[in-house]
Amino acid sequence: MRKAQPFAVTALVLVVIGIPLWLVVVTAGKSQGEALNPDLSLPQHWQLLENLRQVWTEGEVPAAFFGSLLVVVPTVALLLTFGSMAAWVLARRATRLNAVLYALGISGIVLPPAVVTVVLLLRQLGLAGSAIGMIGVYTGIYLSTVIFFVTGFVRTIPPALEEAAQIDGAGPVMVFWRIVLPLLRPVLATATILICLYVWNDVFYAFFVVGGRLDTLPLNLFRVASAGLYLNNWHLIFAYVVLMSLPLVVVLAVAQRKIISGITGGAVK
Amino acid sequence: MSVTSSAVRERSPARPLPVPEPPRRNHIRRQTHPMWFLAPAFAILLVFFFLPTVFNFVYAFTDWSGFKSAINPVGFDNFAQLASDGTLLRAVRITLVYAVLVALFQNLFGFGLAVLLERDTTLNRVARIFFLVPVLMSALAVGYIFQALLKPQGSLNHLLGIDYAWLGDTTWTIVVVAVIHAWKWMGLSMLIYLAGLKTIPEDLVEAARIDGASRMKAFWSIKFPLLAPAVTFNVATALLGSMNGFDIVQATTGGGPARTTEILNIFIYRTFGQGLFAQATAMSLVLFLLVALLAFPVIRTLRGREAAL
Repeated sequence: MRKAQPFAVTALVLVVIGIPLWLVVVTAGKSQGEALNPDLSLPQHWQLLENLRQVWTEGEVPAAFFGSLLVVVPTVALLLTFGSMAAWVLARRATRLNAVLYALGISGIVLPPAVVTVVLLLRQLGLAGSAIGMIGVYTGIYLSTVIFFVTGFVRTIPPALEEAAQIDGAGPVMVFWRIVLPLLRPVLATATILICLYVWNDVFYAFFVVGGRLDTLPLNLFRVASAGLYLNNWHLIFAYVVLMSLPLVVVLAVAQRKIISGITGGAVK
Repeated sequence: MSVTSSAVRERSPARPLPVPEPPRRNHIRRQTHPMWFLAPAFAILLVFFFLPTVFNFVYAFTDWSGFKSAINPVGFDNFAQLASDGTLLRAVRITLVYAVLVALFQNLFGFGLAVLLERDTTLNRVARIFFLVPVLMSALAVGYIFQALLKPQGSLNHLLGIDYAWLGDTTWTIVVVAVIHAWKWMGLSMLIYLAGLKTIPEDLVEAARIDGASRMKAFWSIKFPLLAPAVTFNVATALLGSMNGFDIVQATTGGGPARTTEILNIFIYRTFGQGLFAQATAMSLVLFLLVALLAFPVIRTLRGREAAL
């Protein structure tokens, strides 16, 4: 059984992961006629670059990439700062009020956000369709996750370091910024990976909040694909998928060890 | 770090002991851990999470729509209408079936992969990274890939030499879509099971083997019970994640055929697009209540886990 394991693993990877990814790459390299009915055959004539160039302009990839960054970066920054500030106090001050606040704070992990009425609210606030509205909605949705992970982590850190700084006369802002935040680095890395994964790939909430008014990579993929399926442009759909997934593949290749320990770090101890 | 903390501990008797005096300790905490640190996070939660949820309970009982500007209360009309044509019960049933199927497949696949790839060989490390690719990919992209693979004239039928409409079967397509969902997330479950397996000391299993237990027996009676936290976490996240699912179903079937894969979020998206905002809100409230009802045991487990951390 031990000897068969490497063969089983190789076959499984080739079939389960290899075939779908192979289909993407060969179809993205075909002409429209050849890609009408996507199959696993090699293209008679590779035109991957032409297809990529076409979706680059038709799918407005630069605008979508910029739109995605415009939403993801501030969301992560807000979540990490505000989330860990709240988690630190919630973990260190065990009052009855804080127990209630903590329960409220992590309720969003399980409760689904109200996607329809949030649109109405954003209209009333004058934030409908704006990047700020989108950032606010994502931050509201994922704060619970950050508060949950960070509070659990703070409780494992002995308070002695903070106390030492307090005796030396440091105020709470100083203690948080100089002592606590650096210690939180592992759990903040986990949170960052998870949030980026969710927000970068999200299309559902983006539909409701900014659909049609701000380009993001998944929203534009949906637009390209909706038009493409109607016109049978499978080569363009998969060219877009290649473009969209390339940054992720690069990140995975460079930082796989960090990602794996990051994802599992928060889950099972 | 341990050096610093022991140094502080040696010094601590010199200052007033905070522990036996709760009021005084609370007073100190008020200065060192001020409550205003909670303000920004809870302000955002209030505006962008709790307020829309409260709105959900209000606007589900109105005639809010895209066709007129006035919004009037209508009582339970939306729910009565959704219930009378069977939409309500069907969408709830489909969502629950989908969630249970995803949780089942995702854990079976993830667990199988973790057991297969448990040893830290080079090949296994590389294989784990490959199974992580779908986790990082956009769910929408995953949906389109499988739509192409599963077409009646598609590659899978070609390889199997059959002619089956994988995404056009009113009975079995929901199972197919659940398998696709599980395919996307099985790498995550695998990592969590692997981390769980790593925490089990090798000598426990060895002791059982010396006592005469077979490899299988040692696995199922020693290792498997110790994986309980990983199982809880994986099942809970898979259930809740798929109840809130959208992208994969939208990209593979769009809710079809004959609306047999129309989970709640697909219904909400579709009715919202038609301008029937009140109906969409009513279904959004149904999803909220459904998850809240099922979440009680889940929250309890999460808090229990967190205490054990």
